[in-house]
Amino acid sequence: MSGPSTYVPKSALGRWFESRLPIGGLIHSSFVVYPTPKNLNYFWAFGGILSLMLVAQIITGVVLAMHYTPEATMAFSSVENIMRNVNYGWLLRYLHANGASMFFFAVYVHIFRGMFYGSYKAPREVLWILGVIIFLLMMATAFMGYVLPWGQMSFWGATVITNLFSALPGIGEPIVTWLWGGYSVDNPTLNRFFALHYLLPFMIVGVVILHVWALHVTGQNNPAGVEVKSVERDTVPFTPYATIKDAFAMVVFLILYSWFVFYVPNYLGDADNYIVANPLVTPAHIVPEWYFLPFYAILRSIPSKLGGVIAMFGSIAILAFLPWLDTSKIRSGRFRPLFQIFFFGFVIAAMGLGYLGSKPPEGAYVIAGRLLSVYYFAYFLVILPLLGLFETPRTLPATIADDVLAKGGSAILAGAAQAPSTKG
Amino acid sequence: MAEPTRRDFLYIATGAAAVVGVGSVAWPLVSQMNPDASTLALASTEVDVSSIAEDSILTVKWRGKPVFVRHRTAKEIQEAQSVATASLIDPQSDQDRVKQSTLAGKARPEWLVVIGVCTHLGCVPLGHQGDYDGWFCPCHGSQYDPSGRVRRGPAPKNLEVPTYAFTADTKLTIG
Amino acid sequence: MTFRTHTLGWLTAAAASLLLSASLLSVPVSAQEGAHEQPTPARQSWTFAGPFGKFDRAQLQRGFQVYKEVCSNCHSLSIPFRTLAQPGGPEYSEAQIKALAASYKVKDGPNEAGEMFERAGRPSDNFPWAFANEQAAAAALGKSPPEMNLLAKARKYERGFPLFLIDPFIQYQELGPDYIYALLNGYSKADDPNYNDYYPGHKIAMGAPLSDGVVTYTDGSPQTLQQYAKDVASFLYWAAEPSMEARKKMGFRVMVFLIIFAGLLYFTKKKVWADVHGDAVTTH
Repeated sequence: MSGPSTYVPKSALGRWFESRLPIGGLIHSSFVVYPTPKNLNYFWAFGGILSLMLVAQIITGVVLAMHYTPEATMAFSSVENIMRNVNYGWLLRYLHANGASMFFFAVYVHIFRGMFYGSYKAPREVLWILGVIIFLLMMATAFMGYVLPWGQMSFWGATVITNLFSALPGIGEPIVTWLWGGYSVDNPTLNRFFALHYLLPFMIVGVVILHVWALHVTGQNNPAGVEVKSVERDTVPFTPYATIKDAFAMVVFLILYSWFVFYVPNYLGDADNYIVANPLVTPAHIVPEWYFLPFYAILRSIPSKLGGVIAMFGSIAILAFLPWLDTSKIRSGRFRPLFQIFFFGFVIAAMGLGYLGSKPPEGAYVIAGRLLSVYYFAYFLVILPLLGLFETPRTLPATIADDVLAKGGSAILAGAAQAPSTKG
Repeated sequence: MAEPTRRDFLYIATGAAAVVGVGSVAWPLVSQMNPDASTLALASTEVDVSSIAEDSILTVKWRGKPVFVRHRTAKEIQEAQSVATASLIDPQSDQDRVKQSTLAGKARPEWLVVIGVCTHLGCVPLGHQGDYDGWFCPCHGSQYDPSGRVRRGPAPKNLEVPTYAFTADTKLTIG
Repeated sequence: MTFRTHTLGWLTAAAASLLLSASLLSVPVSAQEGAHEQPTPARQSWTFAGPFGKFDRAQLQRGFQVYKEVCSNCHSLSIPFRTLAQPGGPEYSEAQIKALAASYKVKDGPNEAGEMFERAGRPSDNFPWAFANEQAAAAALGKSPPEMNLLAKARKYERGFPLFLIDPFIQYQELGPDYIYALLNGYSKADDPNYNDYYPGHKIAMGAPLSDGVVTYTDGSPQTLQQYAKDVASFLYWAAEPSMEARKKMGFRVMVFLIIFAGLLYFTKKKVWADVHGDAVTTH
């Protein structure tokens, strides 16, 4: 995806095909010779891990859809049928349910990595915004997917989240009725959520293709945050270097994923969702899945209905403006001592909000939630704009190669000193 | 010299592990399409045959398919038994087709039980129709005799006989 | 040097975050535990806990006996008879299951006359419920008792901070059985059969269902409330998660494979990257 390719297939048939549809060249230039900064750390493996998770979710999802019934009286029991009777049904269902959590875990690491190393800064603004769009689509997909088992938390989660739109003055109520297809969450809601839950992942695939395209136009950011100056000295070809590194990271990630699927498959889920949806009884605590908790906490921190909804959506939308809110000329957080403190404060605030989102909105929880919400928004609207103006950064390495040499320490330097002749 | 060998071994082992991994993931994805445990467990259907008058056919559902229970007349039985078996498209004697129709050791050839699915392409044939007054398939014109044997048309095989047994005079268990 | 300060930064940040969250968040938790709250169920030792956990067949069979003789009078259990013969469960023989199913009357129909009729159960049938529907149960009992096939997964108790962070690593998944066990042993007021220590709000519609000696075991196990509660909680956990043994068995194989595969990839990666340093890459 990085422009015209000089790739020439070896076989005559390959050349015949390539002159008609240059797909080999596309793959070759995007995933074989594509230059990768040689100083990338394992945080950069999460892009590949996310692609793997997207594919895993689509495959297990398509398979589950072969057995699932999107009908209010049968949805719950069809999921139980999958768990009890379908061959490997329990495996597929636990893979899919825990896969959603793993997907979000990976995307949060990916987002925080981007925020720390300044991956959103010029010239990667469009790349970053595409990422925010993927994140939004993921949230919509996960939310609708969670409704499908039609347990108590599915039903009441759907009720609460769709009711957010009722906060809009005037048009709110009609919108909610339109979303539901009735006067409450019911069979029509379940049916359309299933249709959209099946559709959205393919829209994510589409935006991911744009995301990767944009990435391959600007090139990857790297821990030093300095651009590639010499492809020869600063980069390695994607294959085999990045491929094998990503593969290793993916398998390590699969170990974590498997741990949850095989040993604690219900840890991340809510016990109430093993009770069939009952429109007449609300569970004691309505708690979304863990990956929505920080935003849920922000929603509840604002004492006004409309204000809470605006704050919640705003907390996600604000990410799209990050490239212009951060005024620092320095890209990587490694060279910004003050930024580091505020950034880790932000990570803690986000995790704290996640914890508070799971707690009942009362007493000290509310106060803590408000403090952390203020910090969340202040990070974007006050700290980052001002910090760039006042902070004194550390000295940047001149090139990526210099960064690698500095990082490698004495061992490689010694090795290099022993064999100077090979580097003529 | 030892270095490349070790490296090659490592690469081959890693590649082999990758193949094993992909294969192991593929199997559950394929296997899930097979009949599930509840489908496999739905083994038998019970039929009360007392209501089936002579020369009539009852259609019951078994494993999602129609099963014809035919109360045959003496004439039909006699004709079915006298056909020269060797001349048939799918040679089989009538005695062979109703051999499960017994009660306490006594043969009951008046009861024919066949799966009502044409062996050509799966349509349901119509009873008491066609040149042999057995079954006639409206889709592509296959004709069956009162023993459920194919006599004419594109169907290659006789109507399939399921596993069944009479557990009482009027009680038939299919499957 | 940059590298070192960098690592140090991450570490301090991680430590700070842990400290901060612990101090900030553990305070309101302890403040929450008022006197009206129910006590935390004690963790029991279950044969099916942990990565190699397996059900105790005899215990499941006893638990089923308790269900059949006591619980089933009010609670439904919509699982087919045949599952009791499946591997990884109580593992009754096929013949035992046939006889068990036949001892139940199951509603079927409509027949040719258009009428519903009763027939002897078959292994593929679900356990019939003592009530026609939820409304009938509620009318007879005051409240419809919860369905039991998922009960052990549908009940949980608050582990609180920081225990809930440790649970996935120690593989603690038996919150449901622990709660059920505690609840069945939690009828502490002799004068109030509907007072339960562990039920949220303490007022439970179900009066103490089990007491010493109500079920007669044939295998010599103690016929005590504790034993009954433990057996039936195990049975319910199996009913909710019948594929647990298969899951853990496959999990072990998957883990072994992935760790070996990861090791191979790690060394392959090291080999591939061996010639990469600050200079131009000469291979490929």
